[in-house]
Amino acid sequence: MSYYCDRYPIIEKKSISKDTFSMTIYAPEPAKAAHAGQFATISAPGFTLRRPISICEFSRSKGTLRFVFEVRGKGTEAISLLNPGDNLDVLAPLGNGFTVPDTARRVILVGGGIGVPPLLALAKKLGDRSTAILGFRDYSRIILADEFEKYGANTAICTDDGSVGYHGLVTEPLSNTLKNVGADLVCACGPMPMLNAIAKVCAENDVPCKVSMEQRMGCGVGACVVCSCLTVRNGQEYYSRVCKDGPVFDAKEVKFNG
Amino acid sequence: MADLSVKIAGVEFPNPVIAASGTYGNGECFTDLYPLSRLGGVSCKGMTIEPKMGNIPPRIAETPSGILNSVGLQNIGVHGFIDYYLPTLKEEGNVIIANVAGATIDDYIAAAEALDNTDVDMIELNISCPNVKAGGATWGVTCEGAASVTKAVRAATSKPLIVKLTPNVTNITEIAKAVEAEGADSISLINTLLGMRIDIRTKRPILHNNVGGLSGPAVFPVAVRMVWQCYNAVKIPIIGMGGISTWEDAVEMMLAGATAIQMGTAIFTDPWSPIKVIEGLNDYMDKNGIKSLSEITGQVKPY
Repeated sequence: MSYYCDRYPIIEKKSISKDTFSMTIYAPEPAKAAHAGQFATISAPGFTLRRPISICEFSRSKGTLRFVFEVRGKGTEAISLLNPGDNLDVLAPLGNGFTVPDTARRVILVGGGIGVPPLLALAKKLGDRSTAILGFRDYSRIILADEFEKYGANTAICTDDGSVGYHGLVTEPLSNTLKNVGADLVCACGPMPMLNAIAKVCAENDVPCKVSMEQRMGCGVGACVVCSCLTVRNGQEYYSRVCKDGPVFDAKEVKFNG
Repeated sequence: MADLSVKIAGVEFPNPVIAASGTYGNGECFTDLYPLSRLGGVSCKGMTIEPKMGNIPPRIAETPSGILNSVGLQNIGVHGFIDYYLPTLKEEGNVIIANVAGATIDDYIAAAEALDNTDVDMIELNISCPNVKAGGATWGVTCEGAASVTKAVRAATSKPLIVKLTPNVTNITEIAKAVEAEGADSISLINTLLGMRIDIRTKRPILHNNVGGLSGPAVFPVAVRMVWQCYNAVKIPIIGMGGISTWEDAVEMMLAGATAIQMGTAIFTDPWSPIKVIEGLNDYMDKNGIKSLSEITGQVKPY
């Protein structure tokens, strides 16, 4: 695994829902090295800290990386103001992505809100071996669902207000699917309470679960030890680095309330 | 190519740019971009005699032109460092500086003794970490504390000793003089300035530790001022740090009195920044006919 840091041209930018942008860069070396579930840090013009943003898709043949990100503050807003023709200062690919054993025939991808994008690269890889359960606040926040379907994932949408699809949390359809059909692996990304709930459902159904964690980050490459996630291995609790040891962890190793 | 080398306490650095403790791991994290040997040296992650778990996250917050951090010295312990990281550092890096922290004087002594017969080139005594309750900065904020820990560690090791000073004091020159008198070979400054950010929606501090250390370009003028004051107060060489992100900043810090510099937060903004500073210093020397960086150290012409 290796990463690169350079300025790469933006070749496409789209607004895909309220405050959410899709940006594609031409970055052949990072694209070649990338795996589903990895992330990049992107320099926000005028800000000290680079913003960690998940890699939504990559194409080794086209040499492209795609990011889908939400404007959450002034830093992501500054990035969103860049346009095709501008360069994006990107450090990527970083961290450990989702590893899916070849023997896994049915993989459930569970995403919540802006946690959905990194799962798309996985759907692209797995095709009809994947089922996607995607949760959003309401209809206006739905992103990428059609693209999951395009890649062959059997896709279900949940909304908090019931405006589209299943009315409620992703955990209910997940629980039903695990009970009725089963799965070899669940891969999840989203807010911490959602991941905690998904991990519980998976544990109850004895299905392995990988979660992609989030934390305020510094260097992005394991040097500064600020993006800590409390984990437990062999009975020993310690702070892992989300950027370097994660962002994808085995759910059993994560202490969600730590 | 200009001769960028500098010498501190008999230790030769091929160039004056050192990665600051806590921002560069133990030299292993940025080698995908450039080899460790490009840097003059690396000050390793602050280490304690026993491993430390560190503070509860969040441990970082952004500020105007800077960051606050409250890592709390998470590290694998001096012996873990020696066994796990030091062999590679020795093989791949230039000057290796072990940054040592402790809660008690005995902790500092034990760590210094453990490092004494190793490949570490220098010890940087961290008496200025603002993020741990016991130890760290509690030693660095009084002349007596700073002097006593310097004296004890001086007796415990034959390695060249750098003492890293905290800016969170009334008069940093008094601390500098106190550690010089007890045998420090060099001082490095500044560590971070104690700060705080609050999320106005939740009314919670952004850092779980409530407070943390401010670094980055925001602190640069404070660092320049303190390096200049210390340069006028002590004879031992100074390693200047605090918000350096460009070669111009490095020159400014040297004019104020630094023999070498450390870079930290700038690496988070741009991992290439130390290399850019080295290249910029090289061009600056070539263009101005400077044969040695010692020609500019302390050469500010104050009014």
